[in-house]
Amino acid sequence: MNLDELASTSGEWLRGSGPESDIVISSRIRLARNLAEFPFVSRATESDRAEIERILHERTDSLIQASKIPHELCYVDVRELPEVDRKFLVERQLISREHAESDGARSVVFDSAERFSVMINEEDHLRIQVMHSGLDLDSAWEQINTMDDLIEEKVTYAFNERIGYLTACPTNVGTGVRVSVMLHLPALVITRQIEKVFKSLHKINLAVRGLYGEGSQAMGDFYQISNQVTLGLTEEELTKKVADVVPVLIDYERQAREFLVRESQETLHDRVSRAFGILRTAQTISSEETMHLLSSVRMGINLGLIGNLEISTINKLFIHTQPAHLQKISGIELDASDRNIERASYLRNQLDNQSRGDQPKGDPSQN
Amino acid sequence: MKCQKCDRPASFHITDLVEGKPKELHLCEECAQAFLAPSEEEAAEVLPAMAGLLAQHLAVGETADQLARLDQRVCPVCGISFLEFRKQGRLGCPHDYVFFAEELEPLLMNIHDQTHHIGKVPKRQSSGADQQTQLIRLRREMKEAVAHEKYEQASELRDKIREIEAKSRTMDTE
Repeated sequence: MNLDELASTSGEWLRGSGPESDIVISSRIRLARNLAEFPFVSRATESDRAEIERILHERTDSLIQASKIPHELCYVDVRELPEVDRKFLVERQLISREHAESDGARSVVFDSAERFSVMINEEDHLRIQVMHSGLDLDSAWEQINTMDDLIEEKVTYAFNERIGYLTACPTNVGTGVRVSVMLHLPALVITRQIEKVFKSLHKINLAVRGLYGEGSQAMGDFYQISNQVTLGLTEEELTKKVADVVPVLIDYERQAREFLVRESQETLHDRVSRAFGILRTAQTISSEETMHLLSSVRMGINLGLIGNLEISTINKLFIHTQPAHLQKISGIELDASDRNIERASYLRNQLDNQSRGDQPKGDPSQN
Repeated sequence: MKCQKCDRPASFHITDLVEGKPKELHLCEECAQAFLAPSEEEAAEVLPAMAGLLAQHLAVGETADQLARLDQRVCPVCGISFLEFRKQGRLGCPHDYVFFAEELEPLLMNIHDQTHHIGKVPKRQSSGADQQTQLIRLRREMKEAVAHEKYEQASELRDKIREIEAKSRTMDTE
């Protein structure tokens, strides 16, 4: 499978099939690991990096043989990729920005269903990541724990009895685990309660970031909640810490949506319909505006204000309307203004094909 | 030494990075607090740049002399100095956690509120942690020997490396 084929599909985690997937987009867990007999990546020589890649590629092959993953594996040499392809992998969340932009021998291995990705020579020698649709942290932990055991069968990780798995940055030392859940919280944004939620999450040591790890100005009302601390708690405890807070956030978001339906249904319906109207008719549109409008449409579908449109379609559009995806899908390099035209045309196409008879299902307050 | 911002005695000695270059600051407690407090802009950033934070936490409470001495300590295995770590926020090799253990402990406490791991333990415990550390050091020394055209020394080092690698491979197959 090559990257061009990948551009027309989307990862399993985007299909909106998991538990609570009206609000929870995905559950992710990543582990940071290093090989004991090499310096960390920032001090590694080119030959160290090449050797680390060779050893770890051999180990990732064993993931397939263990038949836990019945999919094809894709190996991508990130150093050799053109810039647009590197950005494409970032938009798809298969690699980090740091991995895309750094220098030297580095690669990524992922399965064709995009349920996991393994970055080699990122900040640490090994960054294993699994992605599941909806709120599904326990099985995500089970999967990544098994993968970690398989890789470890023939390599020795840098580990110290007192402080655990050793990582290049002391912020990841110990378990090396980052547990995160991506939520879509438009109603908390509209009702201006999102800041309050942030503050209480910080108090319990959880971090909040946007879709691509940026600051608090999250695009498309997507928020990633993750653990801040990695040392002194078990992996299960850290997973539970994130898992326990998510139902509370889901409940807040549902209450805010109910409040909007109850108190200002016309305004809400108008907002959703206008967003949908613009997305289906615009002739040129920026990525930012697209994300903003798709967010309203996504909530509209969940509230029954837009019929005959699948959540999975909207989930896919959030990713496929990003700059590098648009260029991969259209097969040509485009500057920003051409991208805006291409994006509008892509949206018109996708939304016209997907929605026929988009009459509201009726008054949602009576549902 | 007087505080650089007022006339009180300086008790905080901070190395700040200005456009990538370290700049020494000597401040009294009050001015240091004002300096270290995040600006409104920074406070709005949900996840602050960790590397910068690390450098600040480490510098506070050390005298300029202590800090300068600390900064010059160099890990014998990977060759990273403590100053380099403070600048980049990234360590050079697993042995740094042993070599800089004392310096890192308050930092770990600051980040994690804990200093002991209680989670997963790898099945393959590195009984040969010393061997692996040695490998990292020998490879670095070999590279330096080659760079200085000391080929005889380099070839001796290469033989040692091969010996250790062979030993660890026999352990694998056992």
